[in-house]
Amino acid sequence: MTTPTSTPTPSSPDEPPPTETVRLAAVAADLQDERLIQPHGLGGTIRAFGKRVRSGDIGSLPVVIGLIVIWVAFSLLNPNFLSSTNLVNLTLQCAAVGTISIGIVLVLLLGEIDLSVGSVSGLSAAILAVSFVNLGWPLPVSLLASLLAGVVVGLLYGFLYTRFGVPSFVITLAGLLGFLGLQLWVLGSTGSINLPFDSWIVQFAQQWFLPDWLSYVLVVLTVLAYAGQLLLTANRRAAAGLSAVPATSIVVRSVFLLLVLGVPTWYLNQTRGVGAMFLLFLILVVVMNFFLTRTRWGRSVYAVGGNVEAARRSGINVTRIYVTVFVLCSTFAALGGILAAGRLAAANQGSGGGDTNLNAIAAAVIGGASLFGGRGSAFSALLGILVIQSISSGLTLLNLDSSIRYMITGAVLLLAVIVDSLSRRTRVSHGRA
Amino acid sequence: MAALSAPEVSTGELVLSLRGIDKNFGAVQALTGIDLDIYSGEVVALVGDNGAGKSTLVKILAGVHPQDGGTITSDDKRVSINNPADSNNLGIATVYQDLALCDNLDVVANLFLGHELGRGTINEVEMEKRSWSLLRQLSARIPSVRIPVASLSGGQRQTVAIARSLIGEPRIVILDEPTAALGVAQTAEVLNLIERLRERGLGVVLISHNMADVQAVADRIVVLRLGRNNGEFKVADVTYEDIIAAITGASDNAVTRRAQARVDAAGAPAATVGSRSDDTALPEEDRP
Repeated sequence: MTTPTSTPTPSSPDEPPPTETVRLAAVAADLQDERLIQPHGLGGTIRAFGKRVRSGDIGSLPVVIGLIVIWVAFSLLNPNFLSSTNLVNLTLQCAAVGTISIGIVLVLLLGEIDLSVGSVSGLSAAILAVSFVNLGWPLPVSLLASLLAGVVVGLLYGFLYTRFGVPSFVITLAGLLGFLGLQLWVLGSTGSINLPFDSWIVQFAQQWFLPDWLSYVLVVLTVLAYAGQLLLTANRRAAAGLSAVPATSIVVRSVFLLLVLGVPTWYLNQTRGVGAMFLLFLILVVVMNFFLTRTRWGRSVYAVGGNVEAARRSGINVTRIYVTVFVLCSTFAALGGILAAGRLAAANQGSGGGDTNLNAIAAAVIGGASLFGGRGSAFSALLGILVIQSISSGLTLLNLDSSIRYMITGAVLLLAVIVDSLSRRTRVSHGRA
Repeated sequence: MAALSAPEVSTGELVLSLRGIDKNFGAVQALTGIDLDIYSGEVVALVGDNGAGKSTLVKILAGVHPQDGGTITSDDKRVSINNPADSNNLGIATVYQDLALCDNLDVVANLFLGHELGRGTINEVEMEKRSWSLLRQLSARIPSVRIPVASLSGGQRQTVAIARSLIGEPRIVILDEPTAALGVAQTAEVLNLIERLRERGLGVVLISHNMADVQAVADRIVVLRLGRNNGEFKVADVTYEDIIAAITGASDNAVTRRAQARVDAAGAPAATVGSRSDDTALPEEDRP
């Protein structure tokens, strides 16, 4: 039966039917509702962006602005800050903690936290050094053992969380202390073990840089892959009768990406170039972003972070999601510990200590991963760690000691959390939560 | 369309049958000997006062709690529903009162949550296409499927939740208080939606406190009172007062019990063979 309210046209029923049909046939299936506000042209796109920002859907905008402000301020205070040499150092410093931060982004997406990543990274550095140097294991076996330690820690957390329902805050706080103790026990009485300079893990972390030509080839390939993927999606959407991104927009975006990647690469290549370790970090970010946005697993992570009960009822294996995310987080922490040990060419009692933990968590939050779960992306780790390390590097160049550095990093973290809470409140009031 | 099968013609077939269902929570006997039959192409309303056991019964069907006693029969086979997956496999889809939507995900992601299309990677284009065709078939008015569910109105969220239940091609859809939080126009939209589900040959279990809604769309009314069956009526042969009396137990005296016995005798046989959609209480043009 058909009642007047159920006329199967999405438009207002008082329009004459023939015009309606003609109009609908010309418009893509997803743009037929007359209530939809559609941006027209470049000005429309910019206005739509402004509207989104005002309603609290700010994404990574604050962190990009913050990064620009920080860089301008430090380069005014010390012209060496933006020198190619310093920026190459900056990228290398980012890699280890940044890798840990990818794992933090994952647990934050679930609305959980891992406070023990510093200790786990220290433990993995200790296992690497002791097994490789003291026990004489082959390097790949030592690396595997270190990573495996991270996997085991993550499995333990996942088991405790899903089996007993203990808040992750408490489990990982216990882990923070427990694994610090284990790290000290593994290191034994020596307390500090140097990794040989000629081992490839140290070479990888300190000495390996991409040749100039290779770095440009990689930039071009990345941009081509990005443009190709946009084009493919646009074609498939058009074939399915949905609205597609216009070709001009694809070109503009690709050129923008080419500039964002190409200019820094060229600038880094003025001195030592792009470090292999930094490239590994970038690849990990891109791969995690792929898994988060394109796979069922990634969709489930966002769903569990948004509404765990809804995720459970729709048949998602919530336990599996929690366990895999805790395992990934601890494994990224272990990998970060390996990279840090390689860069330092040593593992000691201070590995993973100090501000490692807080920097990794701060980077994820500053980069836009919400503490309330369900929001953020793998790129949060990259943007956040750039901010943290820029502050750290800038303050070191100004000869300010760690007391000031800690205070300023703490203040930035606080600022990021406040921005997160405020934008969440604005999203709620604008119906975008 | 790919998202929804063509309307089935097998209306009036017994799809699921519950007999003597018991459930207790500690010292509280929530359900005692509940019987319920669900037929395809029929809307059965489950009514009762607060604490009557409606939600408990729904949770048993949805696989949230297993029953403590009694049998569930599907297609003449005894089945057990121990978890939500069992419920899904029997073709039961449940739309909960809280809708269970992920506010941070868009409409497409919510519709296909847990059932994403594509091998390895998610096929967003196909999912969006099917979302539109599904929403069009339900005459749903959603402006965009790429906006977070948080920005939709109450009626639109209810529509998304009901549309989502159809993704797995269920045989039975259970709606828990679908109109409780909605305005007049939105309620009418959801009632239209329920009629469209019935036209597709689905068995619909509607839980509602609103007798106007129940009388508008239901074919059969099953009354629960204090965890027991307290009458089963065909909407066509029952008055508002009879239902209220059964819900509140005001009919529970010697005189009304005799009257009730006569109503049951007249109503029950007709109900068990299932009723067609044109048996509803209101004439066609009076429906919202």
